Amino acid sequence: MYGWLLLLPAMALLALFTHYPAIANLWHSFLSTPKGDRPAVFVGLENYQQLVEDPIFWQAFSNNFWYALGTIPASIALALLMAVWVNDRIPGRGILRLAFFTPTILPMIAVANIWLFFYTPEYGLLEQFTGAFGLPSHNWLGSKSTALAALMVVTIWKEAGFFMIFYLAALQSMSPHLADAAAMEGASRGYFFRRVTLPLLMPTTLFVLVNAVINAFRLVDHIVVMTRGGPDNATELLLFYIYEIGFRFWDSAYAAALTMVLLAILGVVALAQFFLLERKVHYQ
Amino acid sequence: MNATLHVYEPRGMGRALEATGAWVLGLLWVLPLLYAFWTAFHTAEFSTRLSLSAPLTLANFVTAWHAAPFARYFLNTLLLVTMVLAAQLVLTTLAAYAFARFAFPGRNVLFALVLVQLMVMPDVLIVENYRTMTALGLKDTILGIGLPYMASAFGIFLLRQTFKSVPRELDEAARVEGCTPLQVLWKVYVPLARPTYLAYALVSVSYHWNNFLWPLIITNSVEARPVTVGLQVFSATDQGIDWSIITAATLLSTAPLLIAFLLFQRQFVQSFMRAGIR
Amino acid sequence: MLHRSIRNGLVALLAIALGCIPAFAQTQTEVSFYYPVAVGGPITKIIDGLAADFEKENPGIKLKPIYSGAYQDSLTKALTAVKGGEPPVTSILLSTDMYTLIDEDAIQPFDDLIRTPEDKAWLKSFYPAFMENSQTGGKTWGIPFQRSTIVLYYNKEMFKEAGLDPNRPPATWKEMTEYAQKLTKRDASGKVTQWGVQIPSTGFPYWLFQALAIENGANLMNAAGTQTYFDKPEVIAAVQYWVDLVNKYKVHPEGIVDWGTTPKDFFEKKVAMVWTTTGNLTNFKNNAKLDFGVAMLPAGTQRGSPTGGGNFYMFKKSTPAQREAAFKFIKWLTTPQRAAQWGIDTGYVAVRADAWETPVMKQYVAGFPLAAVARDQLPFAKAELSTHDNQRVTKTLNDGLQAALTGTKTPEQAMKDAQAQSERILRTYRR
Repeated sequence: MYGWLLLLPAMALLALFTHYPAIANLWHSFLSTPKGDRPAVFVGLENYQQLVEDPIFWQAFSNNFWYALGTIPASIALALLMAVWVNDRIPGRGILRLAFFTPTILPMIAVANIWLFFYTPEYGLLEQFTGAFGLPSHNWLGSKSTALAALMVVTIWKEAGFFMIFYLAALQSMSPHLADAAAMEGASRGYFFRRVTLPLLMPTTLFVLVNAVINAFRLVDHIVVMTRGGPDNATELLLFYIYEIGFRFWDSAYAAALTMVLLAILGVVALAQFFLLERKVHYQ
Repeated sequence: MNATLHVYEPRGMGRALEATGAWVLGLLWVLPLLYAFWTAFHTAEFSTRLSLSAPLTLANFVTAWHAAPFARYFLNTLLLVTMVLAAQLVLTTLAAYAFARFAFPGRNVLFALVLVQLMVMPDVLIVENYRTMTALGLKDTILGIGLPYMASAFGIFLLRQTFKSVPRELDEAARVEGCTPLQVLWKVYVPLARPTYLAYALVSVSYHWNNFLWPLIITNSVEARPVTVGLQVFSATDQGIDWSIITAATLLSTAPLLIAFLLFQRQFVQSFMRAGIR
Repeated sequence: MLHRSIRNGLVALLAIALGCIPAFAQTQTEVSFYYPVAVGGPITKIIDGLAADFEKENPGIKLKPIYSGAYQDSLTKALTAVKGGEPPVTSILLSTDMYTLIDEDAIQPFDDLIRTPEDKAWLKSFYPAFMENSQTGGKTWGIPFQRSTIVLYYNKEMFKEAGLDPNRPPATWKEMTEYAQKLTKRDASGKVTQWGVQIPSTGFPYWLFQALAIENGANLMNAAGTQTYFDKPEVIAAVQYWVDLVNKYKVHPEGIVDWGTTPKDFFEKKVAMVWTTTGNLTNFKNNAKLDFGVAMLPAGTQRGSPTGGGNFYMFKKSTPAQREAAFKFIKWLTTPQRAAQWGIDTGYVAVRADAWETPVMKQYVAGFPLAAVARDQLPFAKAELSTHDNQRVTKTLNDGLQAALTGTKTPEQAMKDAQAQSERILRTYRR
């Protein structure tokens, strides 16, 4: 029973702020929103019906999907590339490592401000850059086709350095004998990378993947600063929509229903990753 | 252990190409930050004109500092990350110890429940947690910001792995000398897990220093507001935007973390690697 | 656990040491209020200065101004505080938030506080245009404080360059289009180096748009805040005009134009004419290093602009002493003298007619006639879009406008969709 006692404080807090809210959220999604002196009443699936009929929800859903697809593989691939480069003893690697990692330790809210300036049409830095090459002016954050992509760039910029560190650690813990053995057998660099390095990096990749997925759904700070969901919901992500519904429109019941959808998505992703863990990982 | 792929390292032309590629990427990577420095140290007229003869000024920082109570914001953030880290260290150590070395009924189920939090972070449950905080009367307090995060599944997971790798002989030796389980924990396990603690502490501090959405919702007044929320309130774009002042404020709010990182980056990076987070 | 209680104790001690007021709190009435900053300038300093002056004259009252960001953030914070059981005593929030605040049971009308004949006269002294968003159901819920209309700022130097009379700003839509065509410059590769006109579409596109709608002869909602008219033909035609400026006449930047950077765009000489709040006037005066003019918005079938800006609201759950103290403060702030000074310091329209007759204001207007343009536009000003569940309804319009401006939907489709969505939201309030 000693074990139980040790576990109790942590478990209690976890239950209060993770497990209980998830269940309470489910319950609240079946009620209506209390307003003024009108109490909440049971309305069954009405909130979910509203959800299905809500074009903005579907937009947010689709946006989040593309956003995840756009940021996760790119940031992981870049992180791996950076790690390989920093691992190879090219000159100035210490500074490079610093350069790649710095965006990670800055708060997203601060970073977003800087990028907002960057993206300002006409005289923002990006405009000056493209102008120097004779490219036409573009309103990156103000046009539906590029706003989400612009935000993705910010996210990748911020996340890649963080993942790089983990890959670097993994690369540096690889035994040099592997490389020696492979070279003796005449394996090319590419072959070695594909057939030996990558599989050995699988645990790291999985770890990084989990983080990247969570962040794709969790991090909406830049939207608050840069686009507030616009233009016309082109950058509306699920968590931001939940925030708007819950704390700008004060429609807590609908927000609860939306949260259930987000929880469901995260749950499915968790399960998928759990099964991947069982099958594909090769531990040294 | 230094770079390992001696055999496959590029040489000559390949090496030069790789170095160039890496350097270009590195430059692109710091460009936004460099631009922020430029804008913050020059007056508004030069914020968009990159002429080398532009005069430097500290006026933006002074204006930004006076425009919002940044001193108070920093204090709040400092209190917050310290409080959260301290609580996390204690709670996760105890829980990880329980999972690693004690057999009790339901252990696996409970561990699975812990892992749920890896995916379902308090950030996602903002609506419900807000309700809970109101019920607890902790709204608009620093404790209210930190409480949902104090039981960290990530920490428990890491420490459990680390504790599990401690040789049982040490544990038994300490028991033989008459130590209680808690004493064993303190004397044997904790010292051996130091790299993990360090790595975890760094992750936790930077996470909570930079956390925004939940603090935004739960705090209302200057007394509880951390630096991230303070910065957003300050740079809300309804006002005519003066980029020089906003970037100055931005740099002010990131300065402590940036400086700490620049000073300790070697330890920072190495602790990650030594902890062998896999 | 021991650790936690020690820590909590430390936090509490620090909090007390840092944040507490010396112990004559019992004889002082504390009045906390949230206030937003929506225009450029050292507003925080001015508010703090006003608060300090008031406290000097009224030693029994302690004011606690809390800067809460933009209008939207301020509303969120005020409602959060209300729902958390610790409402402010008063706050400056958008005049259009009136219905939302009433529905959330957050505010109470001023009528019980307005008892004496002086108070009644004071209430009557505000411009009727500003009272339209402040009263409903025969009660007064808001007191105008930082109110505005939209005005047209134009670069006189660019006018001269284009051969236009710098003292004759455009008076009609047709003129504005023609002027803008003359004022739009392109370089050799066809890239625009100077835009003719710019109407921002972030933040509150509905507000800027409402001016176009009013100028075309229609307003967007009914007085009771239970019905919107987004799909009226005049309204759709107004959207079409805006879209035409972008696509047909090509005198207006494409995509969504940022509210916050619009003044700077003007200062950077990227655009000749901008539509923005008169509240930015002092910002323009101090920072535009060029010769500029201010004009009333051009007429479609008539002149017009929505009013804008914030009112003081009185929140429920305050003590009678706090209510009286807050009321005193509000009256103090809206005396002709101070209303005039506030207008001068910021560019907001002084909210009462007699404020414009004070010596300090007369002198200011004599030296800077541009300040009077917004006031002269008041006879044409109409109530700003305000309905129940206001934030949600305005979002439908904002989304529709952004869809039309980015070309995703035709103006007609965008407005019809917006109207349908807003209908669904407002239906429950008509029962």
